[in-house]
Amino acid sequence: MSAASDVGFHAQRQARWHYGEIAFWLVVLACGFAFPTRYLIMTDILRLALFTMSLDLILGYAGIVSLGHAAFFGVGAYAAGLLALHGIVKEPVLALIVAGLAAMVLGFATSFLVIRGVDLTRLMVTLGIALLLEALAERFSNITGGTDGLQGIEMQPILGQIPFDMFGKAGFFYSLAVLFLLFLFARRVVHSPFGLSLRAIKNNPLRAAAIGIPVTRRLIAIYTLAAFYAGIAGALFTQTTAIASLDVFAFERSADLMLVLVIGGTGYLYGGLIGAVVFRMLQELFSTITPQYWQFWIGLVLVVMVLVGRQRLHRWVLYVPNLIIKQVAGRKAVVAVPESEA
Amino acid sequence: MTIALETQNLEKQFGGLRVTRDLSLKIEQGARHALIGPNGAGKTTVINQLTGVLKPNSGRILLEGQDITDLPVHKRVLRGLSRTFQINQLYSDLTPLETIGLAVSERLGHGGDWWRRMGTRSDVNGEISDLLSRFHLLDVMNDQTVTLPYGKQRLLEIAVAIAAKPRVLLLDEPAAGVPESERHDILAVVGSLPRDVTVLLIEHDMDLVFSFADRISVLVSGGLLTEGPPEQVARDPQVKAVYLGEEAVNV
Repeated sequence: MSAASDVGFHAQRQARWHYGEIAFWLVVLACGFAFPTRYLIMTDILRLALFTMSLDLILGYAGIVSLGHAAFFGVGAYAAGLLALHGIVKEPVLALIVAGLAAMVLGFATSFLVIRGVDLTRLMVTLGIALLLEALAERFSNITGGTDGLQGIEMQPILGQIPFDMFGKAGFFYSLAVLFLLFLFARRVVHSPFGLSLRAIKNNPLRAAAIGIPVTRRLIAIYTLAAFYAGIAGALFTQTTAIASLDVFAFERSADLMLVLVIGGTGYLYGGLIGAVVFRMLQELFSTITPQYWQFWIGLVLVVMVLVGRQRLHRWVLYVPNLIIKQVAGRKAVVAVPESEA
Repeated sequence: MTIALETQNLEKQFGGLRVTRDLSLKIEQGARHALIGPNGAGKTTVINQLTGVLKPNSGRILLEGQDITDLPVHKRVLRGLSRTFQINQLYSDLTPLETIGLAVSERLGHGGDWWRRMGTRSDVNGEISDLLSRFHLLDVMNDQTVTLPYGKQRLLEIAVAIAAKPRVLLLDEPAAGVPESERHDILAVVGSLPRDVTVLLIEHDMDLVFSFADRISVLVSGGLLTEGPPEQVARDPQVKAVYLGEEAVNV
C-alpha cells in the first residue's frame, strides 16, 4: 500500500460501518415486530431520538449550546398540523418535508443571532427565541388554536398507500424510516471535510480560522441543518399523534433534550438514539414505581452519571463481556467505548 | 526586491496603552526576517494584527502589495499568509491525520464538501502523507492530539501552518517550551523551509535568531528601535542596552 492510499484508508476509519452499528439498527427494526403492543411509546422514543440527534449535530459536533431547540420542533409540529388541517399538502411525506423546511428557514434566520455569542449568550438567545414563539402561538390563537391547540387533524395515508392505524404500527415504521434516512444523511455529513471542520471549530475556533475555515458560515450551515432535523421531529409528532398544542414549544422539552443527550453522550450520533431509549425507559420505570416522584429518581441517576463519568460506566458494563472475549479471541478484540465520548 | 509583507504606520491601543506605535515594517520576499524585543514589547500583538485576530486602530497592512487590513482571518490564510502560535493551538480531540487533512482540504477548496468522505481525494491524501512524513508524524497519525508528547505537538503546530502552503509564514516562538532533546527536529524543520517562502520569526532564543535570520527588527514598547542585518543589530549599543541584564547578544 502506498503512503497516500494508506492515509486515505486511515482517514476513512471512522466513516466505515462497524458491525455494532449494523446490529444496533437490526435490533431497532426487530423491536417493531417483537413488541406489537408498544408502538406508541416506541414511536415516541424514535421522535425523541431524531430530535436529540438534531441537538447532537450542533452541540456534539459544532459546540453550539441551546436551551431553546423546541422552537424548531414546535414550528415543524404546527406547520405539519396546519398543512394537514387545511388540506394544503395532504400527503404526509411531502408535508413532513415542507414542515422541516419551515423550521429550517427559522433556523437560518435565527442562526445569525445565536452563533455570534459565547455559550451563555447562546443559552439565553435560544431560550428567548423559543419563549417568544410560544407566546406568539398563544397570541395568534385564530391560527394555532391557542391553548386548545390544533384539533381535528386527519392524516391521509402515507404516500397515498399506507393509512395510519389506531395501534400506531404504520406510525412506528414511518418514523423509523424517517429516522434511519436522516441518520444516514447525518452520518455522511459528519464524516465529510465539512463535518470535520465543525469538530475543529468546536475544539479551537481560533486555529480553525487560522487554517482558512470560514467559521461563521460553517456554523450557520450546521445550525440550519439541525433546525431542519428538529422540524422533522416536530412534524412527526403531529402526524403520529394528530395533535399540536402549545407544549411543543415548552421549555421542558428543550431541557429534557439536553438531559437525553447527556445520558447518551455527544459527538457520535448514536448518543441521541441511546439516550432517548434510556431516558424513556427510566421515565417508565420510575413512574410505575413511584408515580409522584419519578423526576427525583431521574435527577439522581443524572447526578450519579455525571459524577461517575460515562466512560467509567461503559467500562463497568463492558467488563464481563470483554473478559470473555479476551479469553476467546485475545486482547485485540475488546469492545471499546466510542472515542469521542468524554 | 519585492516586498512580501508590509505594515504602514500601524497603531494599536488597549485602552490608554499604546501597544503598537507607528510601526512600519517591510519584509522582503524570501527573507528570513526576525522580530525580536524584550518581554512585553508587543511582538505577539503585531502578529495578531498581521493575521487579522486583532484590528489595528490605524495604519495599513499590505500582503504582496494588496491591502488586507480589513480582511477576516480565514481570507488572509487563503491569500497565502499563515502562522504558528506561541502556545499550541491545536484540536485536542482530532488526530494529526485529521488536523492536517482539514488544513489541506481547506486550501484546495474542498473544506466545504459535506457529502464526499474525508480521505477519498487522492490529491489531498498525497499531500497529507507528504506532510506527515516530513514532520515525523506518520507513526502517531491516528493518535488524539492531546495525547502526543509536546515536541510532536509543536511539530504538528508548524505542519498545520505549512499545510496552508503559505507564501508568507509567521513563526511565533516555534521552539518555545520544547525540551532540549526534541529541539533539533524543530530547528531542522524550520531551517529546511523552501526559500521562496517568506518567513517572519518571532523569537526569544538569540541563538536561533542569529543562526536563522538575515534581517532583524528590534521592537521596544511597541515601536521600532532599529532594523538591519544581524551583525549590525548585534553591535548596536541601543539594542545591547535594552537586552542588558536579560541576555547577552553574541554573534
